[in-house]
Amino acid sequence: MAPMIEVRNLSKEYRIGHEQNRDETLREVVTRKLKSPFRSSAEKGAEEGFHHFWALNDVSFNVAEGEVVGIVGGNGAGKSTLLKVLARITDPTRGSVKIRGRMASLLEVGTGFHPELTGRENIFLNGATLGMRRAEITANFDEIVAFAEVEQFIDTPVKRYSSGMYVRLAFAVAAHLKPEILVVDEVLAVGDVAFQKKCLGKMSEVSRGGRTVLFVSHNMAAVENLCTRGVLLSKGKLMFDGTSRDAIQHYLGINAAKVGAFEHVIEFENNSRRKSPLGEMLVKAELFTDGDQPLHDGIPLGGRLKIKVHFDLLRPTDSFNIGIGFNNNYGQRVFTANSCFEPDRSPEMKSGRQVFVCDIPSLTLVPGEYTTFLWLDISNTKADSIEDAIPIVITESDYYGTGKVGWRGAFVLPQRWHLESPEAVEVSESPG
Amino acid sequence: MKSHFELTIQPRKGWQPIDFQEVYLYRELLAFLVWRDIKIRYRQTVLGGLWALLQPLIAMIVFTFIFHRLAGMESDGAPYPLFAFSGVAAWNFFSTSVSQSSNSLISNQQLVSKVYFPRFFIPLGAIGAFLMDLVLSLGLLAILMIYYRWPLTWTILELPIFILGAFFASAGVGLALSAVNVSYRDVKYAVPFMLQMGIFATPVIYPMRYLPAKWQVVAGLNPMAGIVVGFRHALLGSPASWSLMGLSLTVSVLLFVGGLFIFRRMETVFADVI
Repeated sequence: MAPMIEVRNLSKEYRIGHEQNRDETLREVVTRKLKSPFRSSAEKGAEEGFHHFWALNDVSFNVAEGEVVGIVGGNGAGKSTLLKVLARITDPTRGSVKIRGRMASLLEVGTGFHPELTGRENIFLNGATLGMRRAEITANFDEIVAFAEVEQFIDTPVKRYSSGMYVRLAFAVAAHLKPEILVVDEVLAVGDVAFQKKCLGKMSEVSRGGRTVLFVSHNMAAVENLCTRGVLLSKGKLMFDGTSRDAIQHYLGINAAKVGAFEHVIEFENNSRRKSPLGEMLVKAELFTDGDQPLHDGIPLGGRLKIKVHFDLLRPTDSFNIGIGFNNNYGQRVFTANSCFEPDRSPEMKSGRQVFVCDIPSLTLVPGEYTTFLWLDISNTKADSIEDAIPIVITESDYYGTGKVGWRGAFVLPQRWHLESPEAVEVSESPG
Repeated sequence: MKSHFELTIQPRKGWQPIDFQEVYLYRELLAFLVWRDIKIRYRQTVLGGLWALLQPLIAMIVFTFIFHRLAGMESDGAPYPLFAFSGVAAWNFFSTSVSQSSNSLISNQQLVSKVYFPRFFIPLGAIGAFLMDLVLSLGLLAILMIYYRWPLTWTILELPIFILGAFFASAGVGLALSAVNVSYRDVKYAVPFMLQMGIFATPVIYPMRYLPAKWQVVAGLNPMAGIVVGFRHALLGSPASWSLMGLSLTVSVLLFVGGLFIFRRMETVFADVI
């Protein structure tokens, strides 16, 4: 069967003048046209040294019916431009897109909302703007109002709404769009947490409904959770097309490369932040993740971290330990690993080059950047220590399997929840 | 439930045809846009829709006093207040339509840059809302005619032609100017001035016969000249030359078609420039 969306060699060029957002004034156009009436403005651009910028550069991919494709990429990767071309807001410079089916695009919630109109009026207006029929809106009206939880205020002008109510109403209309193809930009990053949850629920309902969805988001957990496929854009080019999980990994890989500190082997020689009262003994650290893969980028939340610390024992000793303290961006120590916590560790006399392997099967620190304080204890004294020895980046993952990321606090922990019948609670609470 | 929609998105260059199928598909939205503009026009005003009546009424009183009483200007048959009111009603429709529609894309930036539908709905919608004001003010004219005991004649049947002509003229100018306004905000400053001057270039306060004979048909190149005369002919049975009115109506239609195509040609860059 023919794909629902067929993107062929799509390119979009923007011309950036010397001054931002400044185009020619009318006078300039008139003079130019008078001087050389048959030259197009494109030629003029090349001539006057406008800066040309390809927001999309030869992008091709297909989307089959029922696929839910996540588009990931950093800022300026071309995601929004791609959606704008698909949504027909702007024309491509080259290439084409074939769309087979009724499409609705949602680049923003509440497009066309007018502050002076009431909630009821805006539902109709916004619905029509998004391409809904009047009859469709009427049929879904009660459901939309209930979803937005604004029943009491439905005849109040939306300018009197709280921003939460406004967004809920706007999303509620959008959520009841029933096109065959849905193109959605980052619209989930709105509203309070409870409502975001509801939106995610509605989104996954949409994707389970066999509808074709193109979804752009920075929320990696949402992409991983909702999308069956991921397309990675970088600087206007398609870099990767595969499962959403792999696309996210590639994306984080690109990001990590940008940080530039992701050699999986870190040498400590000449490290300025080290204190070595007894001589330099820490040599280097090697980082690995799942399946003993060298770690070149971030570790997804809950992923494995294996650190091999190479060090020299200058004198024979049986009392030595390696400690690794994880500090978050605020400089707080959030977790300490130390070989002295290893129950199977028995003291042995050693000297010369040693490699201590620290294996953390599931590192559940919340996503973010961490620095580590690495030290070597000999006879319970810090013999050699290095601040900011190993940078660690924890990236979002679908740890709970729900598409929600634990952001607050320092780490996530496995947890189970269930509802108990209220009677049981009452019995245990009453003293008798 | 798979429908048979198929759409190809590709670069567009030069003149674009009008996609009537698409216009039909989105017809409800055009109605909604007109409805929105009507709804919000007089929100949070005390007098509300009365403003649509007060404006021509006050203009009529002022014009009658200054031009008729003080300057001694005569109408072309009907009592001067009726003459002035019918002219002002037609001219006001044109003038408010042009000024609103030429700014409509700018003031609906969010719609232009976030959602797709036929773009020319925006300036057309802005004009549609003023049609209602026009109809309201014509209602008031009917009352004034009863007051002045001025009879209605069969010529009233011509009125729709001239309303349509006024719509075409304002839509043509509004479409072209709104498109130009996206790139060149000069329009914002030029339009109010042009419209202020325009009332004098149009027989609103003076009758056609005040013009030299050789200009009486050429004046029809200003579409509103023949249309204002036509309004009076239809409403008040005033004398009118069909060559003048015919010329103006033709110019209106040409303006509309031209404005529409200029708009279609320029719309491909709206979202990038606005």
